Amino acid sequence: MSTVLFDTPGPRMRARHRLYSVVAGVALLIVVGFVIWRLAQNGEFAYDKWEPFFTPTYIQALLVDGLLKTLQMAFTAIIFAVVFGLVFGMGKLSDHAWVRWPSFLVVEFFRAVPVLLLMIFIFFSYGIGEGFGSYWSVVIALTLYNGAVLAEVFRAGINAVPSGQGEAAYALGMRKTQVMTSILLPQGVKIMLPAIISQCVVALKDTSLGYYILAPGLTAVGKQIYGEFQNQVQTAFVVASLYIACNLVLTWIATKVQKRLVGEKKAILVPMVGQDAGSAV
Amino acid sequence: MENIFANFDLVLRAFLLTIELGVVAAVVSLVVGTLLAAARVGPIPVLAKAGALYVTLVRNTPLLIVFIFVFVAMPKLDIQLSFFTKGCLALSVYTSAFVCEAIRSGVNSVSLGQAEAARAVGLTFAQSMSQVVLPQAFRASVPPLASVIIALMKNTSVAAAFGLAEATSRMRFFTNRYADDRILIFLTFAVGYIIIVEVLSAGALGLERRWRVSR
Repeated sequence: MSTVLFDTPGPRMRARHRLYSVVAGVALLIVVGFVIWRLAQNGEFAYDKWEPFFTPTYIQALLVDGLLKTLQMAFTAIIFAVVFGLVFGMGKLSDHAWVRWPSFLVVEFFRAVPVLLLMIFIFFSYGIGEGFGSYWSVVIALTLYNGAVLAEVFRAGINAVPSGQGEAAYALGMRKTQVMTSILLPQGVKIMLPAIISQCVVALKDTSLGYYILAPGLTAVGKQIYGEFQNQVQTAFVVASLYIACNLVLTWIATKVQKRLVGEKKAILVPMVGQDAGSAV
Repeated sequence: MENIFANFDLVLRAFLLTIELGVVAAVVSLVVGTLLAAARVGPIPVLAKAGALYVTLVRNTPLLIVFIFVFVAMPKLDIQLSFFTKGCLALSVYTSAFVCEAIRSGVNSVSLGQAEAARAVGLTFAQSMSQVVLPQAFRASVPPLASVIIALMKNTSVAAAFGLAEATSRMRFFTNRYADDRILIFLTFAVGYIIIVEVLSAGALGLERRWRVSR
């Protein structure tokens, strides 16, 4: 296989690569072996440390109070974020400067501010005590941040529709709203969908920040479990695996949708604040 | 109103810690991420697989969980590090996976024809790398790398949940003490982050303009 970096290797090069493979494989095995040995030395594989993850009550707590709540928060936030993104994304595309500029400012503000800062502000100012609580603080913070990113996605998606489409619709005598809702958006959605699903991964990961404001979810359940069993290492492994599994499923769906709707073309990349190009992280 | 400005040195010191965390983690993750990217695009399958595994696992783990590993789980294994080192470690572990992907996308954006042409005109491997492929790959990875570094600066805020007195935890301290000024306090800290982000993205944009490759 020839790549931009190197030619198809000949027999001698292949032999050398085999040697390197063996050396690298052994080195990696030594590293992994060392970590496992270290864990075993500390008695981290003892059954009582893993016990909660084989006990039905705790499994239920992890899945129902943890995973389900986390997924709920992420899902609610994404739904609201799509609405927020649509409003401000369209606002940014508006012909009127008095709509465009405020939308631009709102979107840039919420993209530049760390989600945790936003979450802490919302929770300790409006959520605590008589307020709406930590669950909604997480949802609102995630909505504002992901909504701002999605506004950018929507704008980019609408702009990615060939300009002839809009022009043709205007030529047929359609009004601005009609052009947007029946010509540009339906075609744009196809282009945006993979980026929207990738944003779900970001939202799902960020639900874990609720840990700081004691919001329900996987991290909260994890905290209770390791508080009770003193099995920090094991709990971290289990919670991380649950998050990874969910995100892999989402990524898999995003790739499927991408292949199906957009073809092999690249997904839209959302630039970071104030930039021309790049990708959202 | 005057509360926060009377204590403005605390605000500045908090942002200094944010920037320190960000800079150290950025340097470490740029180095580690470049090595990972080299492993992933290199000809040795074992390393490429290991790199891919690392990137998949880390990219799908929330940063907060990485922090829990470093701050809560590691002390249980008798690994004692200072708070600052642990913060940098967690941020670097997380960010290097994204740096790896940014650099890899840069390398992949160089078209095969460039390397073939370089070989066809008789450049050696070293020449084709240093004169043709890597300069283009590096330039193409500037915008995604800038995004990664900007995200890293915002991610330093997670350290607030683990006892580092950086900007976000300082905001919490101020809102606790001067609850009436909370909106002003929030805006002050938000503007601080916005300045950091805008300076970084202006710098990246400048580099990008200067090094633009015509394709």
